[in-house]
Amino acid sequence: MSGEPLIRVEDVWFSYDNEVTALRGVSLTITKGERIALIGQNGGGKTTLAKHLNGLLKPTKGRVLVKGMDTRTTPTHELVRYVGYVFQNPAHQIFTSRVYDEVAYGPKNLGLSEEEVDKRVRRALEMVGLQDYVEWHPYDLNFGQMKLLTIASILSMDPEIYVLDEPTSGQDHRWRNLVAELIMKLNQQGKTIIVITHDMKFVARTSERTILLANGKILADGPTREVLNNIELLREAAIKPPQITQLCHELNNRLGTSFQSMLEEEAAEEFIKHGINV
Amino acid sequence: MGEDSVVIRFENFSYSYPDTPNVLVDINLKVEKGEALGIIGPNGAGKSTLCKAMNGLVPHFYGGYINGRVIVAGMDTLEHTVAELSTKVGLVFQEPENQLSGLALTVEEEVGFGLAMLGYPREEIKDRVREALEKVGLSGLEERSPFELSGGQQQRLAIATVLAMKPEIIVLDEPVSLLDPIGKREVFEAVKELKKTGSTLVIAEHEIEELAYIADRVIALNEGRIVMEGEVDQVLADVEGLRKITVEAPSVAQLTHILRERAGLEVNHYPIRLEEAVKLYEEVLRK
Repeated sequence: MSGEPLIRVEDVWFSYDNEVTALRGVSLTITKGERIALIGQNGGGKTTLAKHLNGLLKPTKGRVLVKGMDTRTTPTHELVRYVGYVFQNPAHQIFTSRVYDEVAYGPKNLGLSEEEVDKRVRRALEMVGLQDYVEWHPYDLNFGQMKLLTIASILSMDPEIYVLDEPTSGQDHRWRNLVAELIMKLNQQGKTIIVITHDMKFVARTSERTILLANGKILADGPTREVLNNIELLREAAIKPPQITQLCHELNNRLGTSFQSMLEEEAAEEFIKHGINV
Repeated sequence: MGEDSVVIRFENFSYSYPDTPNVLVDINLKVEKGEALGIIGPNGAGKSTLCKAMNGLVPHFYGGYINGRVIVAGMDTLEHTVAELSTKVGLVFQEPENQLSGLALTVEEEVGFGLAMLGYPREEIKDRVREALEKVGLSGLEERSPFELSGGQQQRLAIATVLAMKPEIIVLDEPVSLLDPIGKREVFEAVKELKKTGSTLVIAEHEIEELAYIADRVIALNEGRIVMEGEVDQVLADVEGLRKITVEAPSVAQLTHILRERAGLEVNHYPIRLEEAVKLYEEVLRK
């Protein structure tokens, strides 16, 4: 990994109350330009961990450093300049009555000039394809558009780090492709992306590093290909790898091959290279 | 199968919501008793509306404009109330929270709620509740609060509340889309159990690789119209046809399509399930 470390999570423990411990000694470093997937069952600690990355939650024990700033002592409005959080449920994020105002709120709060705010709002809405809805009431948008709006309202803040909490849940294949493209585009601009998801094919397509959380602990943290090919571990965590990975695994068992593909295209290449009996 | 076995029949059915025109256009569809029908298509294609037209929520609850008709278990949905239809058709929503009454203190009460409202005798309710909970694998949780359950358990509870009414047809509208992997697995297993017992199922679903194990027949909707229809093995293997409506075929079918195009792989039929693909590629890749 080439870039500078942006976020350090150091032995973080967290309890919502005295009974439930949601994080139990989590440590990791996030480096500039990474694309990371957080996977695991609900209740495993994914969202709790993600909310530590911009100070929405503060560790009960241990610490989180964002660009060197300790989240326990740095005001949240300072941290949100660097870490943008897109909530799973747009209703939890949307709070104004006009699309424009929703996207303008963040940059206005950064103290930017009206001109700069306007520029950012238009650019953000264009990036998600909502440029024709400037005057709309957010709740008149359909669900997918509302989700796009919540993404735009983070884009206009131009943070270095994006946290996307289950961007594909309840959405169709076209949406999954759209979000995947947006992630790649932001990443090409040097942005760091952390995505929480249950969709393993989406993980394979978008993320080079995967972190598996269960019971508040990190069970695996490594290159996505390694984690998704760790069939035994995933079985313990009750997660199904992508269908292509399952196919490769079954074939390796039967043929003694060592296929490692996760997606259709690369499997086709791998199979052709191996030689196929047409 | 004869006409007597048809339990759902759409005849030249078109529907507009009060504020959205042509959500369904010219739907002709028959569902046979004991059949599992899958409905696929992008968001906004009309899948949910089609589901709601099967138990009368469309149009009784939503209003709007109808052409043609829907006959369910012999009843024209326009001429019968949602309450009457609910004894014939059970609808399971995407979000279990929309299904649960919010009034019951325990799982047992929740499942018996609809029957109690209809004035069923105590003993009958008890028997039906026990049976419904057994079918979805929630036996033993009778005394729990519905709100203490995990997502997957809540959705299975929602299915149990529907089963307790002993409907002839069970309609599931994207029942797993908001669940985590364990929740999804639990719900799909419950649905597969229902299929084994011969229930008539209609299921709208994006998880096409799972649908391959549940549906006998599949229709694809796009912009309110049925654009594909056939046996599950035929529709889900139509990689190009599905792509046109932005639906991705199962990965193993897509892989096979690429290999046919690029390397001239000859196959009579694309696999749509993992086991079929393993069998095929074990031969194709053997040295």
